[in-house]
Amino acid sequence: MFSNPSSEELSERGTMSDTLQNRATPDAATQLDIYRRMIRIERNDDLTRQQIRRGRITAPYYSARGQECIPSSISVLLNDDDKICTIYRGIHDMVAKDMPLRPLWAEICGRVDGTCKGKGGPMHLTHPETGVMVTTGIVGSSMPIANGFGWASLLDGTKQVTVAYFGDGASNIGAFHEALNLASVWKLPVIFVCQNNGFAEHTRYENGTSVDFIAKRAIGYGMPGYTVDGNDPLDVYAHAHAAIERARAGEGPTLLECKTFRFMGHVFGDNDAYMTKEEKAAAIEADPLPRFRQKLIDDGVATADELDALTAKIEAEVNDAIEYAMACEFPSDDELRRDVFAEEIAA
Amino acid sequence: MSTDTLEAPVVETVKMNGLQAINAALMEAMEADPKVLVLGEDIADNEGGGVVGVTRGLSSKFGTLRVRSTPISEQAIMGAAIGAAMAGYKPVAEIMLMNFTTVAMDMIVNHAAKLRFMSGGQSQVPLVIRTLTGAGNQTAGQHADFYEAWFAHTAGIKVVIPWTPADMKGLYLSAIQDPDPVIIIESGKTLFVPMDVPVNQGPIPIGKANVVMPGSDLTIVSYGQMMFTVMQAVEELTAAGISVEVVDLRTISPWDKETVLASAEKTGRLLVVHEAGRNFGPGAEIAATAQEVLFGKLKAPVGRLGAPYCAVPFAKKLEDAYLVQPPEIVAEAKRLLAI
Repeated sequence: MFSNPSSEELSERGTMSDTLQNRATPDAATQLDIYRRMIRIERNDDLTRQQIRRGRITAPYYSARGQECIPSSISVLLNDDDKICTIYRGIHDMVAKDMPLRPLWAEICGRVDGTCKGKGGPMHLTHPETGVMVTTGIVGSSMPIANGFGWASLLDGTKQVTVAYFGDGASNIGAFHEALNLASVWKLPVIFVCQNNGFAEHTRYENGTSVDFIAKRAIGYGMPGYTVDGNDPLDVYAHAHAAIERARAGEGPTLLECKTFRFMGHVFGDNDAYMTKEEKAAAIEADPLPRFRQKLIDDGVATADELDALTAKIEAEVNDAIEYAMACEFPSDDELRRDVFAEEIAA
Repeated sequence: MSTDTLEAPVVETVKMNGLQAINAALMEAMEADPKVLVLGEDIADNEGGGVVGVTRGLSSKFGTLRVRSTPISEQAIMGAAIGAAMAGYKPVAEIMLMNFTTVAMDMIVNHAAKLRFMSGGQSQVPLVIRTLTGAGNQTAGQHADFYEAWFAHTAGIKVVIPWTPADMKGLYLSAIQDPDPVIIIESGKTLFVPMDVPVNQGPIPIGKANVVMPGSDLTIVSYGQMMFTVMQAVEELTAAGISVEVVDLRTISPWDKETVLASAEKTGRLLVVHEAGRNFGPGAEIAATAQEVLFGKLKAPVGRLGAPYCAVPFAKKLEDAYLVQPPEIVAEAKRLLAI
C-alpha cells in the first residue's frame, strides 16, 4: 500500500521521485513487442511527415518522434478493453495501442472511412475498439475524462484501467490538479502518464513549471509519483507495471513522469528557434530506437535481419494504409447535420 | 361547478414544489435504471443532500458509489460525468450555480457537446447538467446569471429551463434518458413555489413549448422564473381587456419554432421576455426568426425585454430595477398594441 512519505523521507529524497521496490522485467517476447510498437510509431510518423511535405495531405501535425518508447512500453501491459485518453500529440499513443492503420490514415486524410468519418482529424481520433476513447486538442483535458472511465470500471466491477496521456505543459493547467485530486479521493484505476519532452509548446520546462520533477506533484495528491527514463523501455515498463497492478488491485491512481525529448518541435513546420542546436543534436544522438534495437540484438532477442524484416513489414502496412486512405471518398456535406445529436438534424 | 369541469378527465394531482419534483424524478430514474448516476458538490446525504436539498435521500437509497459528493472541482465533476457517460452510464452532474459552469466550460463545450460529432458518432455523452441560477436574492454578479444563450449557441447540447414543478419532473425524466447532453437550468423561485403535479407525471418531450393560456391580441413567450412575472403582468393586461396568449418555451435549444411562430402568426404580435441580458439574448434569435418567417404578417415589430447590459447588482433597489418587472411587460405589450 502506498502511503505519503514522511518529512524525513522527503528531505532525504530531495528532488527524487518515489523509488520502485520490485521492478518487473519484460520477457524477450514482450521486449520484441515493445520494439514492434516503437517501429510502428516511427515508420508511421516518418511517412506522415513525408506525405505532408509532398503536399498529399493538409493537416496540423504534432510529431511525437523521440517519444515512441513511452506508449509502446505501457501498451504491452494493457488489454484491448483497457482505455486510453490522449491529446493532440497522441497518434503514437494510438499506434502503440494497435489502432488499425487504414481507418487511422483515412481520418488523417479527412476521408469518410476514417475512424471519425473525417470529422475529427489527426488531433481528435477516437477508436473504442482499441480503447482509444478520447483524443483532445485541449491541453490537459484527457485527465478529467479518464476519471469518468475509471469511475465506470468501479461501477462495473471490472479490473479495467484507463491511461491518461498528457505533456509536461499540461501539468500546469487546472484540469491536472482537479483530476489527480479526484482520482486519489475516489481511488480510481487511472494511470496519469506525463510525457515530459522538456517543452510546453515553445516554453522551456523550467520557465513554466515550479518543480524540478513533475512526479513530485503526486505527493500533494496522495499517490505514488515516479520519474522514469522515458527513453528506456525497461524503466517505463517496470514503473507502468507497478502502476497498472496498483490500479487493478483497487488501490488507486499513479503519476508516471516519463522524461523524453521531442525531435521535431511543437508542430510540423516549427523552426525550433527556442531550443539550442546542441541539445537537439544530443537528444537525437541518444535516439531510443537504435539503442533498443542494438540491445535486442546484443541480448539475442532478435537478429538484425529479423528486425529489418519487421521494419519492412511495418513500412508496407503504413504504405498500404496511406494508399487505402487516398482512395477513400471525402465525407458528404450531409455529415454536417449528422452526429450533432443522436437524431439527424433536418435539412 | 360547470358541466365542462365535471366531464374533464380527472387527473389526480399533488402539491409539490420544483425541488420535490426534481427529487421525485431522480428517485424514479435511479430506481428504474441502474445506469443513472448523480454527482456534484455536497449532493450526498452525508453532506446534506444538496445545497438546497434537491438530492436528499438519493445516496442513502442508492449508495455513495452511484450518488457521489465531489470536491469543489467543476472540471473534475464534468470530466467524470463525460467519461462515465461515454462508458454507458447516464450521469446527472450538478454544477451548484450557473456561474460556476464557467469553470467547467472546456469540459462542457469542447467535450460533452462535441464528442459525438467529432468522433463521427462513435462517442455518446448522455449526461444531464443540473444548475441553479436567478436574480432576486441579492447574490450579485457571480451567483445569479442566466447564460442559456452561451449553451444554446453551442451545437450538441440541449438547453432546458422549466417553470412548473410538473414540467420540472417531466423534463428531467426525458433529459436523463436523452442520448445527448442536456443542461437543465433551475431558476430560483421555480424550486420553491408549490403547484399541482399529476401524481403519475411522466416524461415531457424536450423541444416542445407549452401554450399556458390561449389569447388573440398578443403572444408573450417566456420561461423559467420569469414566467411568474409574466403571469402577473398578464393578469393586469387581461383586466384591461387585452387577450394574451402565453407560451412557456421550456426548451431554449432546440426551441419550438412551430408553436411560437404559429402563435405569433395567429395573434400578429410577439413579445419575448427573459431574465437573461437583452443583448444577444434568446429573444434576439426568436425575434430574428419571427421576422424571417412572418415578415408582412405581424402587426407590430417583435418586442424584447431582458436584463440591461450590466452585471447582476447587489443592492435590492438596483436588483429590482435590473429584473424585468410586471409594469414593464404591461407597458411593452401596450406599446406593441399601440394602446
